[in-house]
Amino acid sequence: MASCSCKRRSAGPGRFSVAELSPNLSPDLTALGEQVAAAMPPGAVLEAFVVRGAELTIRIRRDAVLPVMAVLRTDPRFAFEQCMDLCGVDWPERAERFDVVWNLLSLTHNHRIRVVTTTDAENPVPSVTAIWPTAGWFEREAWDMYGIAFEGNVDLRRLLTDYGFQGHPLRKDFPLTGHVEVRYDPERREVVYEPVKLQQDFRNFDFLSPWEGMTTLPGDEKVHLNRIAPPPASLLEKPEAENQP
Amino acid sequence: MSLTTGALNSADTQATGPDAAAEPGLRRVEVDSHTINFGPQHPAAHGVLRLILEMKGEVVERADPHIGLLHRGTEKLIEYKTYVQAMPYFDRLDYVSPMCMEHVFALAQERLLGIQAPLRAQYIRVLFAEITRILNHLLNITTYALDCGAITPPLWGFEQREILLEFYEQVSGSHYHANYFRPGGVHRDLPAGMPERIRAWANGFPKFIDDLDGLLTHNRIFKQRTVDIGVMTAEQAMEWGFSGPCLRASGMAWDLRRQQPYDVYDRMEFEIPVGRHGDCYDRYLVRMAEMRESLKIIHQCLDQMPEGPVRVQDNKITPPKRGEMKRSMESLIHHFKLYTEGFHIPAGETYTAVEAPKGEFGVYLVANGTNRPHRCKIRAPGFAHLQAMEVLSKGHMLADAVAVIGSLDIVFGEIDR
Repeated sequence: MASCSCKRRSAGPGRFSVAELSPNLSPDLTALGEQVAAAMPPGAVLEAFVVRGAELTIRIRRDAVLPVMAVLRTDPRFAFEQCMDLCGVDWPERAERFDVVWNLLSLTHNHRIRVVTTTDAENPVPSVTAIWPTAGWFEREAWDMYGIAFEGNVDLRRLLTDYGFQGHPLRKDFPLTGHVEVRYDPERREVVYEPVKLQQDFRNFDFLSPWEGMTTLPGDEKVHLNRIAPPPASLLEKPEAENQP
Repeated sequence: MSLTTGALNSADTQATGPDAAAEPGLRRVEVDSHTINFGPQHPAAHGVLRLILEMKGEVVERADPHIGLLHRGTEKLIEYKTYVQAMPYFDRLDYVSPMCMEHVFALAQERLLGIQAPLRAQYIRVLFAEITRILNHLLNITTYALDCGAITPPLWGFEQREILLEFYEQVSGSHYHANYFRPGGVHRDLPAGMPERIRAWANGFPKFIDDLDGLLTHNRIFKQRTVDIGVMTAEQAMEWGFSGPCLRASGMAWDLRRQQPYDVYDRMEFEIPVGRHGDCYDRYLVRMAEMRESLKIIHQCLDQMPEGPVRVQDNKITPPKRGEMKRSMESLIHHFKLYTEGFHIPAGETYTAVEAPKGEFGVYLVANGTNRPHRCKIRAPGFAHLQAMEVLSKGHMLADAVAVIGSLDIVFGEIDR
């Protein structure tokens, strides 16, 4: 059967799916990205690009977070009144393992922007609570989940985890099962914490088929060197990450 | 509620001591400042909110919500699941409006895959998103009335909710956790007679809204509890990240269904109700008006819905038909692959948001080219709303804090994730 292509790597636009993507947005966003990059202090914006013609993203230096955010908030051309979301992303293989991502929204101009910077567990990121007070809890959550410190947040307590919790659960090296479990102990008449005991081994199924999951079989490197696509760009280390302090 | 400490007034007494001495004619009454532990087991806390209230007499000085009692680590769990397996987690976020949560995850995956659901599926999704909005507002308005002392509205409202939940059950097989929307469409087509049943209900529903209106809108007690309580100006609402009815009650005509339409919302005609004062009463009024607008959209969906497929025909993303599986080897392979390995999403990231009943519900999805997300951040509207609790309740009485919580439409499934 000619159409049985079970080996296709990703479920992209196929035979019957309708290609979408709104091209009418992209020229505006590209222009906006250029404007944003031009309005910032020199060197602050590392790159500005439009993802899939619909989402504007800029990557900035960590020490430039506050001036960049201040311009994005106050400049009438951008006017990002709302900080809709702030979160961390963990890339353990990178030198600076965390991405900090702000998703901003302008009600005046009806556009969004995503601002990304990198950090690690030691270096704090400037807090934007002075610009958007709503960032307070989002920063507390990022601190709780990833251990990303925010300099200038006066109330950087844990938010979602238990009182006295140890560790940062959304880091990739934190086990899914956690370290402690709780139960009510009727004899001591209190809730007790104990190390996790699993009744059966934790099973982390790898459903990637061996034909697709393993791109180079042992010994195949020389043959495949020219045919196999390199790993996705997101997995490779970005060169600009090393330039940062 | 429990009284925990009463030792916080010493600074106060020292500060005001000399003033009192300067005015001999006045008698000074010492008001104890103390801390109250509101919740986590309190019916008006709408779930498991622990609110530390610092009171000065009966006036709230400081409010510090402690959240996370319902934290289940959804985002971490999703990182360990395929995209197909991750969908049911979204039902359990905001568990009073499940299909809107599914909607955002389906849209985010569709964006990354570069596909679009067929027209009929888009109409079905909009139809059920609006049914969900009514479901949510019914629960919020009526339990809000309960918080303010009225017991009849929830009894009436839950009857209507039950009818709507039966529609859920008819399409998905489940009362609450539907798992009905899928990337590339919906799981299955509407059963026979469904549009007629929805229309029959929709024709009778305005009568119910009128009844509810008659119970609450001009009710003196209800108004005394809500008018001018928890006022938020438009500027404040923006800087505190408000969205949805809470933002609209402050006078901003902002609705993602209109401003950044998704699916077939750009074909719908509806009004955006806007409040003027930004108080609890306006938030209630906006929700009441939104139910009527949702009803308009439901009627339009039923009128305009075309025939056709309800999911993309690409069996890499959606399962093949049951009958085909019995005959075709290819379909069987597709089915097996989809429900074990799932589908791969090309590397990329997206922030997709929908206008959920509570406000802007967004998901920031980072895909790394495999069958599991690398990161799935869920942006819940209630998270930002609850954060403003201190601003909203400061200077109000303790009972008003209850009214403020009710008017914000707090559901802990989505806040704690």
